[in-house]
Amino acid sequence: MAGRGRGRGRGQMTFNVEAVGIGKGDALPPATLQPSPLFPALERRAAPLPGGEEGEYMLALKQELRRAMRGLPYFVKPGAPRRDIERYSDKYQLSSPVDSAIDWNPDWRRLPRELKIRVRRPRKGKTVPLVPKQRVSPDKEETIKKLESLEKKEEEVTSEEEEEKEEEEEGKEEEEEEYDEEEHEEETDYVLSYFDNGESFGPDSDDNGDEAVY
Amino acid sequence: MTQAELRLCSLLLQEHFGEIVEKVGNSLLRTGPRPLRLLVGDTGLLPDQVKKALCVLIQHNLVRYEVQPRGSVEYEARSERILRILRYPRYIYTAKTLYGDPGELLVEELLLHGHLSMSCAVARVADRLTETMEDGKTMDYSEVSGTFVRLADTHFIQRCPMVPENPRSAEALPPPAPALAIADRDMYVVPRLSLVGKGKRRHLGDEEEEGEHKAKRQKQEGGSSETPLDDGIYWQVNLERFHQHFRDQALVSAVASRMDQTSSEVVRTMLRMSEVTTASGASHTQPLSSNEIFRSLPAGYNIGKQVLDQYLALLADDPLEFVGKSGDSGGGTYTVTSRAPPGPFPRPPLKLLLLLRFGSRCARIFRLLLRKKHLEQKQVEDFAMIPAKEAKDMLYRMLSENLVSLQEIPKTPDHAPSRTFYLYTVNVAAAARMLLHRCYKSVANLMERRQHEMRENKRLLEKSQRVEAILASMQATGAEAAQLREVEEMITGPERQQLETLKRNVNKIDASENQVDETIFVLESFIESTVKRP
Repeated sequence: MAGRGRGRGRGQMTFNVEAVGIGKGDALPPATLQPSPLFPALERRAAPLPGGEEGEYMLALKQELRRAMRGLPYFVKPGAPRRDIERYSDKYQLSSPVDSAIDWNPDWRRLPRELKIRVRRPRKGKTVPLVPKQRVSPDKEETIKKLESLEKKEEEVTSEEEEEKEEEEEGKEEEEEEYDEEEHEEETDYVLSYFDNGESFGPDSDDNGDEAVY
Repeated sequence: MTQAELRLCSLLLQEHFGEIVEKVGNSLLRTGPRPLRLLVGDTGLLPDQVKKALCVLIQHNLVRYEVQPRGSVEYEARSERILRILRYPRYIYTAKTLYGDPGELLVEELLLHGHLSMSCAVARVADRLTETMEDGKTMDYSEVSGTFVRLADTHFIQRCPMVPENPRSAEALPPPAPALAIADRDMYVVPRLSLVGKGKRRHLGDEEEEGEHKAKRQKQEGGSSETPLDDGIYWQVNLERFHQHFRDQALVSAVASRMDQTSSEVVRTMLRMSEVTTASGASHTQPLSSNEIFRSLPAGYNIGKQVLDQYLALLADDPLEFVGKSGDSGGGTYTVTSRAPPGPFPRPPLKLLLLLRFGSRCARIFRLLLRKKHLEQKQVEDFAMIPAKEAKDMLYRMLSENLVSLQEIPKTPDHAPSRTFYLYTVNVAAAARMLLHRCYKSVANLMERRQHEMRENKRLLEKSQRVEAILASMQATGAEAAQLREVEEMITGPERQQLETLKRNVNKIDASENQVDETIFVLESFIESTVKRP
């Protein structure tokens, strides 16, 4: 019926081809056998960009913004990878970005509690005891509510937790001490760049007998 | 979220906030709202890094959080807000034209930091302005805070939702996340602060020292619990208001191009009067009587009342319906319609696209179709006065790009092809969406290309930066011209040329990004207006 005559002529289609405008004998564009090229040829060049004062000012603004944003603390850089051996000079080098510190002071009241990062503080006494309190209280409440008779076990549990927390506290205190030293280091009269970590002394430099060894 | 939008968002985040924030944002955008531990698992980053990234994103209003009933907090990325980062230069420039340098710097600080308290913002801006002023002069806080108040009054900046005041002393366990809320009427209320002070100037030599001293002082102040008076009240930029302003500008320029300068001034006055009273999405402004308009016209335009009435009548009669007459009280009340118009807006970018890609004849056919809605093949040829072959070719090309579509109108119930009409028509909304998608793709491509260019020439850029630093330090210590020249020659001639080319290319790409962003704005407003049902 209508489907017969496949291939005869140009190729029948379901709708009246003439209505759309393809008359008899008109050459259609060649069939596409491959995906369109990645960079098709430009038939017309693009119009020139609008210049003028406004455009240039916005351009300058855009580049300024980009540069400024890179310098802000909001540009999160990954922390320096821990080197395999802790070297003595690490203490005296300028601190590279640390993962566990946050460089700006957000208003923690506006953020969910779980996002709070332990920020190093110079005052060791105040912040640290807060942490175990917050952690212990929910546990305590639950256990008190549920099992009053098992108070002894609670105490054991909480004392274990407190021991763990003390270890963590010590770790933090160590970190804080380190940071304190770093802060103090920056205030000394000694120029940090003059610090020599002593690795150049030793068997290597003995080969050159010319240089004086102090 | 289309693929193109996702790609653009991740490029923007990476450029402005770094890789870690980009990974977190990507994960949130692709998989929707999720709690913290799933995020950490997804991205494979350290928990502290993810927390930091989330803090940054929330600070800049790019991510919001919600407390789920089971107690966990879910984070959701706001893709449309991330795309606005493209438009930051435009906002800052607008603030500059409206409120001068203090306004510009205020908006810039607020955009850079997400949200700030008023005292903080004013202090920073005063410091920056002081640095640019001559030696000995300082910028007074009062001027800057005056600008701040003006910005708040015209709704360009608004207050952030606040932490609820009532301390939940009944429950020992505070909620995992604060439920921030703010009443509409409080949004633009400026706290009564008397900010007294002057901007501080930073000296080049002891920059670091001052920074340290300042930090120490701040710590001490924090320790002595001297909280600023507006503690907890943060301000952010009201992007919607800026968008409204852009739309008004476009409307005024459309009127100016269609009629003349004076009528555009009239429309501008009407818009200015109803700036604050009309909600941003409304399609009509409040009715304004012509007496009011007459009184509010800018001083330079002393046209008579009669002339104003004639202008208003002309505007109201215009088929494009910029202004509508809504009553007769007070000498005739008028509203500006098509505030969020489907009217004149998408046509320029669509037409322009056709003009540039396919030629002026295609654009002619397109305009014709827009006007007449549905046309047959033959009618297109007749009306556009284009020979049949060419018309056919152009129509098919537009059809293949989906800018134009075919509408079937059957004559008989069995839809026989020989007995149906085939009409060409333009589906404006669909064409606009398609064009918008293309725009996102092109901006993403532009950004990638720019980053590629910078990466390719990284070595050269670093070298030139080093040379500049050396030159600056040598000049500061007073070196001779010969030495300076020697240092300058460290960059050879071809390298200099390469740098020049790089600079030119990067500028061109940046300017194109700005340009495409304007088109994106127009298309987005149009699509938004069609989607919203009043």
